Amino acid sequence: MKASQRATRLVYNEPGWLDTLAAWLLALLWVLPLLFAVWTAFHPSEYSGHLALGAPWTLDNFRRAWEAAPFARYFLNTTLLVLMILSVQLVLATLAAYAFARFDFRGKDIAFALVLVQLMVMPDILIVENYKTMATLGLVDTLLAIGLPYFASAFAIFLLRQTFMGIPKELDDAARVEGASAMQTLWRVYVPLAKPVYTAFALVSISFHWNNFLWPLVVTNSVEARPLTVGLQVFSSVDQGIDWSIITAATLMTSAPLLIAFLLFQRQFVQSFMRAGIK
Amino acid sequence: MRGTPGATVSHGALHAWLLLLPALLLLIGFTHYPTVATLIDSFYSTPKGNRPGVWVGLENYQVMVEDPVFWRAVRNNLWFAGATIPLSIGLALVMALWVNERMAGRAFLRMAYFTPTVLPMIAVANIWLFFYTPQYGLLEQITGLFGLPAHNWLGSPSTALGAVTVVAVWKEAGFFMIFYLAALQTLNPSLREAAAIEGASRWYFFRRVQWPLLMPTTLFVLVNAVINAFRMVDHLFVLTRGGPDNASTLLLYRLYEVGFQFWDTGYAAAMTIVLVVVLASVALLQFFVLDKRVHYK
Repeated sequence: MKASQRATRLVYNEPGWLDTLAAWLLALLWVLPLLFAVWTAFHPSEYSGHLALGAPWTLDNFRRAWEAAPFARYFLNTTLLVLMILSVQLVLATLAAYAFARFDFRGKDIAFALVLVQLMVMPDILIVENYKTMATLGLVDTLLAIGLPYFASAFAIFLLRQTFMGIPKELDDAARVEGASAMQTLWRVYVPLAKPVYTAFALVSISFHWNNFLWPLVVTNSVEARPLTVGLQVFSSVDQGIDWSIITAATLMTSAPLLIAFLLFQRQFVQSFMRAGIK
Repeated sequence: MRGTPGATVSHGALHAWLLLLPALLLLIGFTHYPTVATLIDSFYSTPKGNRPGVWVGLENYQVMVEDPVFWRAVRNNLWFAGATIPLSIGLALVMALWVNERMAGRAFLRMAYFTPTVLPMIAVANIWLFFYTPQYGLLEQITGLFGLPAHNWLGSPSTALGAVTVVAVWKEAGFFMIFYLAALQTLNPSLREAAAIEGASRWYFFRRVQWPLLMPTTLFVLVNAVINAFRMVDHLFVLTRGGPDNASTLLLYRLYEVGFQFWDTGYAAAMTIVLVVVLASVALLQFFVLDKRVHYK
């Protein structure tokens, strides 16, 4: 009796072969467009679109793509951009979140509401007006202009405020008793304890800004300021005829750093996205 | 902005405002000010050369309401939202339920589902452009195997919007899967054992136990999906440019065209207000209605 019960429970917990089959079919369907692009990028152009088993493998498409457009410059721009945005975001959000989590002052609720406005009216849709601002400031076509609207991140402030509020007040008091100032307490108590949240936000921010397109497209117009996404779009729509092997090679090249990082640190990525999403 | 006025200013309050100052100034400069300025600009004509814009009242809105392309974008966007939201959430849920099981090749499955999420949308669009492209594309080779006639998916008005919708679902589903997976992993395993002992079918267990407990996650994902449906337009730049004949244009893409290709900033301001209203209503609806009804605490 007991054994049979256990057997049903096990069977119950096991997904059926039909599930496994369906899950695998969906997964194959999901990677198919990507695999097709990978195949094309690594084969000579006469094979693009013609899947042949004996086709020779080559890295030539990547070399030609790299030489056809200033990708080195685009990589540099994107790297600088992403690092600039992330570091400013972290500093500003840490300070603001600390104020919201551990200070009492008049107007706190209004200030917090003002911050949260950015969660619904995000910079992505205010492109027309922000472009005018950048033109007034003389910043059009600079990396700074791409970053400025994103420096103060309501999301980061919200996330860190939640984390800081969860840190026991006794730790704070103990540090103060030992004579630490507010800033020292923040730096020595709060920041170290919030490390996982910083990692989570950093991964989310990096992948967002590495991939961001519309605002950089609007506010840049030269190679010196263009990030990878805009460079890739310009490259594949203007510079090339339709040489699919080069376009797919360029596409994979621009996504490679994030893709490789993701494959290496899958667990951290997935956990960071989860942590950032669950408030 | 120098602390609260009056005699009650404590050292703490001043300190707090100083901590907030840099973030608040930037938020005011690039979120609050542009929102208000957009509203004001939407009542002025587009400045031309040295002539500044003049007050025109609701004329920009009038132009917008009478513009058939605007209504096309609205219809398309509603269609796009109506398709991407349920499809990506439904697929995400199914994926999460599968990956949550002890299934053969679970790690590969999870990776396969999630990979599109880390790719830039422009790269995704390039990959799919190649996939859809006539003659070379994999899609045509597959349909050709079944003897179906060649079809230009992105080039015909009847399929262009559907084709870009598929790309959006492909990109989003894996992202939403993560949140469902996280929620599923926090569910108490004894719930499942109890259901097994009671002899509940898997469907019954899902419908009566898992689905209700996943409600807060569904809400969170839903709000994100709605916002993305009005914000995600990067792929249009590569795949269709809103065409053919505006068959696949979306609101934000149209806004870009009006604002940065026709440089009609007055009209663009009016369209921005429409988008702000849409997104703000989503957020307010979530905050005041849904959040209060869904949490099981």
